[in-house]
Amino acid sequence: MSTRLPKGGRLIDRTKPLNFTFNGRRMQGYQGDTLASALLGADQMLLGRSFKYHRPRGLVASGAEEPNALVGLGTGSRFEPNQRVTTTELFEGASAASQNHWPSLEFDVGAINNTFGRFLPGGFYYKTFMFPRFAWKHVFEPVIRQSAGLGKVPQDRDADRYEYAYGFADLVVVGGGVAGLAAALQAGKEGKRVLLIEQTAHWGGRAPVDGVEIDGRPAEDWVKATVEALGKMANVTLRTRTMASGLYDHGYLLAYERIGDHTPGDGRPRHRLWRIRAGHVVTATGAIERPLSFAGNDIPGVMLAGAVRDYVVNWAVSPGDRTVVVTNNDDAYRTALALTEAGLIVAAVVDARASVTGALPDAVRAKGIRVLEGRGIAKVKGTKRVTGVSICAQAGEGAEIEEIDCDAIAMSGGWSPVVHLWSHCGGKLIWDDARAMFRPDAAKPPTGDDGMSMVTAVGSANGALTADEVLADVAKQMGGKAAKTNSVAEAALEPVWIMPQGAGPQLKMKMWLDYQNDVKVSDVQLAAREGYHSVEHTKRYTTLGMATDQGKLSNINGLAVLSDALSQAIPQTGTTTFRPPYTPISMGAIAGEARGDIFQPLRKTPMDEWHGANGAYFEPVGLWRRTYCYQRPGEGVHEAVNREILNAREKVGMLDASTLGKLIVKGPDAGRFLDMLYTGVMSTLPVGKCRYGLMCNENGFLSDDGVVVRLSEDTWLCHTTSGGADRIHGWMEDWLQCEWWDWKVYTANVTEEYAQIAVAGPNARKVLEKLGGMDVSAEGLPAMEWREGVLGGCRARVYRISFSGELSYEIAVPASEGLALWKALIAAGEEFGVMPYGTEAMHIMRAEKGFIMIGDETDGTVIPQDLNLNWAISKKKADYLGKRAQERSHMASPDRWKLVGLETLDGSVLPDGVYAVADGVNANGQRNVQGRVTSTYYSPTLKKGIAMGLVKHGPDRMGEVIDFPADGGKVFKAKIVDQVFYDKEGAKQNV
Amino acid sequence: MSNAVSALQGKSAVGFATVTEAGLQGMITLRGDLKSAKLKKAVKSAAGVDVPAARRITLKSGRGAGWMSPDELLILVPYAEARATVEALSKALADDHHLVADVSDARAMFRIKGDKADQVLAKLCPVDLKTLADGELRRTRAAQVAAALWQSDKGEFTLVSFRSVADYVFGALELSARSGSELSAS
Repeated sequence: MSTRLPKGGRLIDRTKPLNFTFNGRRMQGYQGDTLASALLGADQMLLGRSFKYHRPRGLVASGAEEPNALVGLGTGSRFEPNQRVTTTELFEGASAASQNHWPSLEFDVGAINNTFGRFLPGGFYYKTFMFPRFAWKHVFEPVIRQSAGLGKVPQDRDADRYEYAYGFADLVVVGGGVAGLAAALQAGKEGKRVLLIEQTAHWGGRAPVDGVEIDGRPAEDWVKATVEALGKMANVTLRTRTMASGLYDHGYLLAYERIGDHTPGDGRPRHRLWRIRAGHVVTATGAIERPLSFAGNDIPGVMLAGAVRDYVVNWAVSPGDRTVVVTNNDDAYRTALALTEAGLIVAAVVDARASVTGALPDAVRAKGIRVLEGRGIAKVKGTKRVTGVSICAQAGEGAEIEEIDCDAIAMSGGWSPVVHLWSHCGGKLIWDDARAMFRPDAAKPPTGDDGMSMVTAVGSANGALTADEVLADVAKQMGGKAAKTNSVAEAALEPVWIMPQGAGPQLKMKMWLDYQNDVKVSDVQLAAREGYHSVEHTKRYTTLGMATDQGKLSNINGLAVLSDALSQAIPQTGTTTFRPPYTPISMGAIAGEARGDIFQPLRKTPMDEWHGANGAYFEPVGLWRRTYCYQRPGEGVHEAVNREILNAREKVGMLDASTLGKLIVKGPDAGRFLDMLYTGVMSTLPVGKCRYGLMCNENGFLSDDGVVVRLSEDTWLCHTTSGGADRIHGWMEDWLQCEWWDWKVYTANVTEEYAQIAVAGPNARKVLEKLGGMDVSAEGLPAMEWREGVLGGCRARVYRISFSGELSYEIAVPASEGLALWKALIAAGEEFGVMPYGTEAMHIMRAEKGFIMIGDETDGTVIPQDLNLNWAISKKKADYLGKRAQERSHMASPDRWKLVGLETLDGSVLPDGVYAVADGVNANGQRNVQGRVTSTYYSPTLKKGIAMGLVKHGPDRMGEVIDFPADGGKVFKAKIVDQVFYDKEGAKQNV
Repeated sequence: MSNAVSALQGKSAVGFATVTEAGLQGMITLRGDLKSAKLKKAVKSAAGVDVPAARRITLKSGRGAGWMSPDELLILVPYAEARATVEALSKALADDHHLVADVSDARAMFRIKGDKADQVLAKLCPVDLKTLADGELRRTRAAQVAAALWQSDKGEFTLVSFRSVADYVFGALELSARSGSELSAS
């Protein structure tokens, strides 16, 4: 029986009971409980089933290292699997459910794996599922996926919100135990900007539980006074419930603050991810106790000795009435004393050391508790709960000397410093033989940008064991004077990796190293026998340390067993790599604020709201949101597109072209610069005129296109594609800053300064004339020219350019006036039949005219010559970006695929991207190809499918019919035609 | 001009700090030799302030200048005066290599007010706001987009972003300013 003790419990408030449920059963705990202490207090020792063998499992630890007690917490939109009960603060109404069992926690069918455990050794999966090959995908994997996995996937949208925060400090102290507090106090006194973070809700760490006295008063009082003193320092920030998750280059520290886990639904963010620039980091992260490897060490009721006294002292919870303490060190005797103090029975202390003397063992003996020297546990009795232990000689093979009845076992195999943060960024460890631990090697710390150490490990995290050692270590490394404590001398521990040391296979098959992944001593030894000598390989082969606890309890024991099996020293084996996060952090915290409406920036034009209110069907273009078409009630997308096109061709349409890139290029060398960037000549463009241009990269491939405008003698405005504005601006600056730094050219990206509206169609001029204010006549504003003025009350620059093939004006006004102009045009255009059109109508109209589109006709492998754009390439210029590349033999080859129009014989629409086949097969046995479709649409103007494509020798093969096999065996027959389908002479736009 | 409206037309939200879209603001990009006497004089005349030092902004009764890069300034004037200021700067610098562009309509401006206004920004911008100097102009990012910010008054920060992402920036600021999510008590 585990139960709540009648008095005590330094962290609980008995006046504030809290109700919660476990697997639907109502239970009660107190304010200050963790879910673990509340469950244990309610006699719920069995908390889950193990991953592989479905063994019954209970609490082992009391903190972040707990491997077994993971639950599904919450319901619906607040459900989250794999929540560690030892780090979950209890709150009113908490609802927890155990995991990894069917049909119930008490009776689990999967436990049959336990019976057949000897057929599931380390590497079982690798050995079993290799053959036959097809079976993995179709048989084994589906079955394994069905049965694998701890916890259920949440089904609802997460109801909570999350955020980031950016922090800065000279010194971040990680860990709020006495070491961390003392370190922060010293640094605070020195005036440093200090951030002290503690992963739990409480300051002080283990010291108050371990009966430490500092400066003659109980540790608890010292902690309280120190926290108060720190709170008064303006240069010190204290933060509880904040776990340092990972340390990265240059002191970049990630910390995970659990703001609202214990107050769900109160409207605060649930988690906050801190991204901290730390000048220096002090790890005062303490140490984690190691289990002992004896048969049955995973049976519920077997716990770490430190955890047992945590439950007793912190939460007044007794894990059992009769406890056997098993140890290889003096520290575990504190547990015997704490239990006795609480009025519980300690049946015996089983010590693996042959002879035990010293203050702590003497104090235990003085209480009349039996201390069995040189003894070990041969095996634990019981299945779902400990009922007793069989005692043997540690030196022997496990022959039973006596049996002791008990319902709890407190074990201690020594302590391992928490070296995770130290190691994340390359800090090295040394093996301390006397203490049987890996601890930070001060000579090889993780280094910062200046090559100097960026982390200092202090206290238990640095290998100190007693309070005296801890405070002395802090004083030595941080400065200041160490406070006096009541520490007593402790005898050295004796490393014990297997108990008893001569245990046979039967016992070793029941000695658990990794509780969560069910890895036993026998598995690691088998791996060694099978040739896995590297600890990293053994880890992956056996899955040791690969569970969500990342081997916090199992790593050192596992590699010690491996070292023993390989007959080599532990440092020779080494550790596996410590990687962030220290404990799992929520996906919500990683996403931060980026969800819902602000998942990603959505760029909106000044007229966006109008579009939304008028049936816009949006599509993303880069990060822009653009209108694909405007649907009328009851109208499908394609009908809308066709209507918009016919209306623009017959009357007049309006397009929101604000997203077009607009880059100003100015300076004495601007003309020369643009002549290098574009394939054509821009320096000769007269002021007041526009010219279409192509940009290539150094490899000759077409990169962007657009209309260039000469604004003044030394100023040009370059239009780019919507998606290319920032890229081309960066491209320009790259050349100006890195290559042609002595050219006098300035650029500015004014894309967002202007709203731009295309008014296109036979009635376009009438609409603008009605709006009034500028001469837009054929003479006043000829094609490919521009004028500035006030149009309909807006400050406008009007370009006579056409991407649709119709009489067309593009009007640029300050973005702030965009909506006003748009509305004015809609109103003025009403009598002329104006309708807005979207990007798809724009695409189809340009295809009807045979205009190319970057990203359709180009894909990064196409040069302008492929698209028959030689007219836009200057032959006179000595150079331009891409020129030399385009002269290479492959680029100049007449065999390159070239742009043509394509028309199916039956008027149907070619599928996008399909290939034209040629005779024969290639070296891989595939059909040879001779071309592909780059753009394909239904043309409502021509009432048939039209397409453009790249075809080998295409322009020389007009009228030829080629085959395009498509999905489902259908073959489209298409005739090679001119790419301009509509108004080839340009009569429509030149009116 | 009378048709001009800002991106969010003064939208505002109140949390532990108040977030407000600040309306139309005249902004001019000026690129040139910041050390030239002629440019210094032109800036003084247009913005009423001296050319600011690196990473600084100087504001005086609604006008001013901010340092954006070694060869770029941001000139701030009332919206209605932006065009005239562009012309005046262009005229004054006509003989020198320079670039002046009106970017008043390309931007959105926000004010974040309150004792803990810095905490709103600390959630979105990787900036140490405690050490942000008086008159320091910081070009940074706000969550996923480019931004520039400065402390415009005691307990008030001004943040500038591109206009197209005004909704996004406002959404991120509003969320970060919600009551209960304060980073600390002061």
